[in-house]
Amino acid sequence: MNAITLSNITKTYNRKTVLAVDDVSFEVGKGEIFGLIGPDGAGKSTLFRLLTTLLIADKGTATVAGHDVVKDFKEIRGLVGYMPGRFSLYQDLTVEENLNFFATVFNTTIKENYELIKDIYVQLEPFKNRRAGKLSGGMKQKLALCCALVHKPEVLFLDEPTTGVDVVSRKEFWEMLHRLKLLGITILVSTSYMDEATRCDRIGLILGGRLLSINTPEDTIKAYPEKLYAAKSDGIYALLKDLRSFEGILSCYAFGEFLHVSLKCAEQEALSYIQSKGHTHVEFKQITPTVEDCFIRLLNQKNEGNGHKDE
Amino acid sequence: MRPLKFLLMKEFRQLFRDKGFIGRLLIAPALQLVLLPLAANYTIKNVNIAIVDHDHSSISKKMVDKIMSSGYFRLAGYSDFNSKANKLIENDKADIVLEIPVNFEKDLIREGGRKIAIEVNAINGVKASVGFGYLSGILTDYNADIRMQWVEPSRTNSLPVIDVIPSFWYNPALTYYIYMVPAILVSLVTTIAGLSAAFNIVKEKEIGTIEQINVTPIKKYQFILGKLIPFLVMGFIVFTVGLLIAWVVYGIIPVGHIALLCLFLEVFLIAILGFGLLISTYCDSQQQANSLMFLFMMVFNMMSGLYTPIDSMPGWAQFITHLFPISYFIDVMRMIVIKGSGLHDILHQIGAVLIIGIVLNTWAALNYRKTT
Repeated sequence: MNAITLSNITKTYNRKTVLAVDDVSFEVGKGEIFGLIGPDGAGKSTLFRLLTTLLIADKGTATVAGHDVVKDFKEIRGLVGYMPGRFSLYQDLTVEENLNFFATVFNTTIKENYELIKDIYVQLEPFKNRRAGKLSGGMKQKLALCCALVHKPEVLFLDEPTTGVDVVSRKEFWEMLHRLKLLGITILVSTSYMDEATRCDRIGLILGGRLLSINTPEDTIKAYPEKLYAAKSDGIYALLKDLRSFEGILSCYAFGEFLHVSLKCAEQEALSYIQSKGHTHVEFKQITPTVEDCFIRLLNQKNEGNGHKDE
Repeated sequence: MRPLKFLLMKEFRQLFRDKGFIGRLLIAPALQLVLLPLAANYTIKNVNIAIVDHDHSSISKKMVDKIMSSGYFRLAGYSDFNSKANKLIENDKADIVLEIPVNFEKDLIREGGRKIAIEVNAINGVKASVGFGYLSGILTDYNADIRMQWVEPSRTNSLPVIDVIPSFWYNPALTYYIYMVPAILVSLVTTIAGLSAAFNIVKEKEIGTIEQINVTPIKKYQFILGKLIPFLVMGFIVFTVGLLIAWVVYGIIPVGHIALLCLFLEVFLIAILGFGLLISTYCDSQQQANSLMFLFMMVFNMMSGLYTPIDSMPGWAQFITHLFPISYFIDVMRMIVIKGSGLHDILHQIGAVLIIGIVLNTWAALNYRKTT
């Protein structure tokens, strides 16, 4: 049985003038880590709020742990853990008091589910008498995860859990998620960091409220149809301008210190074009696309599609 | 009911952790109850008077002595020229000018009457009218004295004279703080309980904790009760502290039953907390709540009969004050504390506040559901 199902979910704001989620359908299997990848404003948080019964969709149906999000919202509230994008625990209560409070409102105790949160809690323990507001960013996230886990939920909703957290803490955080997965907890996680996408079992690329693709990270990358090249020279901006005016080019954009280029013509043709423009120290090599490349490609496609519609 | 217990534990823990809380709860009311009644004192002293004496007779001199010995006036100038006295009013040095005309004494004796002029600076309306009242009172008294001296006693008896002997019930000396302190205490309880409840709920919205609470099995009514009960308790504490201060500082001991006061306070707090809850459902930030509350509290305080009697307002304004729970409470406070009214006398007010409370709380609960 799927832990989460959505079919044709649509949600608008401001009396139907702002479309936040547009006809989204997908399923998440039990014990799966499903990542929603997309930029800010793509509709990720709205999906989370719909699934955690905080909002009601305009159209479509959704279930969480086998319960309908509208009819059985009471059951769902006991079965899910939700970590909103913004730190929203009581800043004036201590670590221990926050955890105790959330345990008691779910009618349980820290002791009862200690096994589940042990790995995270041992890191928090030295600060257990510190007020939540005075914790560092990474510690806050760990505490929030603890609070979301303390009642042993079946499904965990994590809305941008690693935003504003340092690289080491992010890595630790994902390791924790994988341990939770082994315990059979289903995790729906959103992020705007593309590098985190590869740590999910499956990812959904979401943009402007529409789900553009759903696949495993590997297959998402494999599905990239063209060969992708990285190019570099001494004058990177001039190179970008030259390549964009070249007819044999499909797409070209800056990516870190390189330009990522896909071609209509042969590799050799492009190389000789670059050299004819007088660039020095030219590097030009084929690379494996990343999830971000896939995302940019879908983004461009969508924009072009819109452009054609306008014409 | 178990979740409610944990919610309450959490609320009280947070309240007492807040450093300014004890201060707001105890020190602020104490300070205000000691200071505010002083500001609401209508016994005006130090009215500046300028006297223009064109007569310089023994009668005019005695008259001035009598005015100055009353203790209400301060001599701002004494001269023969109108222009000098008028200048004093223009420069805000004098509030009242008394002009005694030429041949005042002579005309008074010969013709049995003479007019004198009083000019009043009416920029400060209260000071002007009260000062004028004092002055005309003194002059009337003085007039009677003169008559006694010059007119033969046998003849005065034949003239009908109305002699008024006032007797002020419940507050024989018309001591202002006896009726101001209970009313200010009401205003204080309203501000502290109502405002705190509204701010507290909005704060949960602002920092997003309400979101986290909403995904737990806690029910809406439990959350609302968990918010209202602590502030109900807080209202009672502030009220008790206030009554103690009224006793220690002003020697005011309620004539009526304390239990009756508490009963009304209970009903009143339910209404005012409902109002706070209602405000919080319409606001997303503490700043919004603050400006909205400021607006309402201003109107409540000015129109509730705290400073000016409701009976002197126009009909439509009186109708509006009937919608404010605070005006009923001020009324009831004065009735119970000063007069010693019983339950039977305040049934009407209890009923009214109860209805207002039910309306506000229902409205708030409905609106709360709609917005989250």
